[in-house]
Amino acid sequence: MRVQLTIALSGLLAMPAYAAQFEVDVQIPQMRVAEYHRPYVAVWIEGAGNKAVADLAVWYQDKDTKEGHGTKWLPDLRQWWRRSGRTLDLPVDGVTGPTRPAGEHALDFSSSDPRLKKLAPGNYTLVVEAVREVGGRELLKIPFTWPATAPQSGKAQGETELGTVALTITP
Amino acid sequence: MKRYLAIALALAAALPTAAFAHKAWLLPSQTVVAGDAPWITVDAAVSNDLFYFNHVPLRLDNVAVVAPDGSKVETRNGATGKYRSVFDVQLQQEGTYRIGVTNHYVVARWEQDGERKRWRGTAETFSEVPKDAKGLEVSESVSRVQTFVTKGTPSDTVLKPDGVGLELVPVTHPNDLYAGEEATFRLQVDGKPAAGLEIEVVRGGTRYRNAQDEIKATTDANGEFRVTWPEAGMYWLETSTSDDKVSMPQAKQRRLGYVATLEVLPQ
Repeated sequence: MRVQLTIALSGLLAMPAYAAQFEVDVQIPQMRVAEYHRPYVAVWIEGAGNKAVADLAVWYQDKDTKEGHGTKWLPDLRQWWRRSGRTLDLPVDGVTGPTRPAGEHALDFSSSDPRLKKLAPGNYTLVVEAVREVGGRELLKIPFTWPATAPQSGKAQGETELGTVALTITP
Repeated sequence: MKRYLAIALALAAALPTAAFAHKAWLLPSQTVVAGDAPWITVDAAVSNDLFYFNHVPLRLDNVAVVAPDGSKVETRNGATGKYRSVFDVQLQQEGTYRIGVTNHYVVARWEQDGERKRWRGTAETFSEVPKDAKGLEVSESVSRVQTFVTKGTPSDTVLKPDGVGLELVPVTHPNDLYAGEEATFRLQVDGKPAAGLEIEVVRGGTRYRNAQDEIKATTDANGEFRVTWPEAGMYWLETSTSDDKVSMPQAKQRRLGYVATLEVLPQ
């Protein structure tokens, strides 16, 4: 009985090992400015023709304000707003969240995540866009192929509003 | 000599372009908007420079704001100053709003006691013009000054033409314009494609450059024309024409004008 249970459990535990890992590292740089506000950041995947196919993360001020949850400034993430944001009913579970401080932020996704699972085999681009109140805007792109048959990694270096953005895919 | 000059001036005034010698425009505070029930504010003026208030305000009598569902939206805090008018609009619905001024005038000219008289009104007030006016010339004018603002997802309801006068029918959505990309628009007169119309497109900020840098375009057989936006900014688009499809028997000519303010965003 005990042996059977162990086998059953190990079978469950073993399953994620077959799932590919999709890791995005986003660095928000430290700023020496008189007035600092955390940036709004969007992380999404584009397919052919710059079509947004998956929203991975959107960080914005989701606290109550007179102007309505900070959504007023979301169009400043202007590529994301055009490709995806303007069609969404915000907030989106598992995608939107509060702004994050300067530092490294790791986002881990499994290939069993519905957003990655639904992707047809092909070439895609990971896009990270950041915009800061009374600051600037920056957009970085890292191409990749999905599903991954071999390990893939890509890096893009921001100059102003983003630090290093890295993508690591482990099949 | 003086008489010739007067005739020349009268002729010049009769040309359709003369009616738009100054540039009329509506300038929204932003065109791509998000939030629960955000406000925008709109400046309205007539000027030579874009978009600066330095001539006369655009009157707000005929301002109409149409919501994404086709209903009329009341403007708020309207005021007309020396150089510009201003009003606010609250965007309660998701989609595209059309903000516009449509003027439908009747203009009469005649001679009285050796003096040229000019009258502007509507078909309803035309009785103000003396019945025995000498050398009476009557023309009608239908002109539109428009701009578009979208909250959330762009929608198409307000882009449908009324079928009266000169209208722009966007093929590319007017709130989906980006630097370096091409946009297509169609012009219609009374709901039918208008071929051979000349369009002028000028980017704002003319005060800080030496040339108008206008983009010229002409409509094809389908009434369509294309513009590739050289850079981001607020653009003023204008065209005009005239015909003899008048609605009152005294009038001989109908002048048609169209102006739109379009925002082109950076990539």
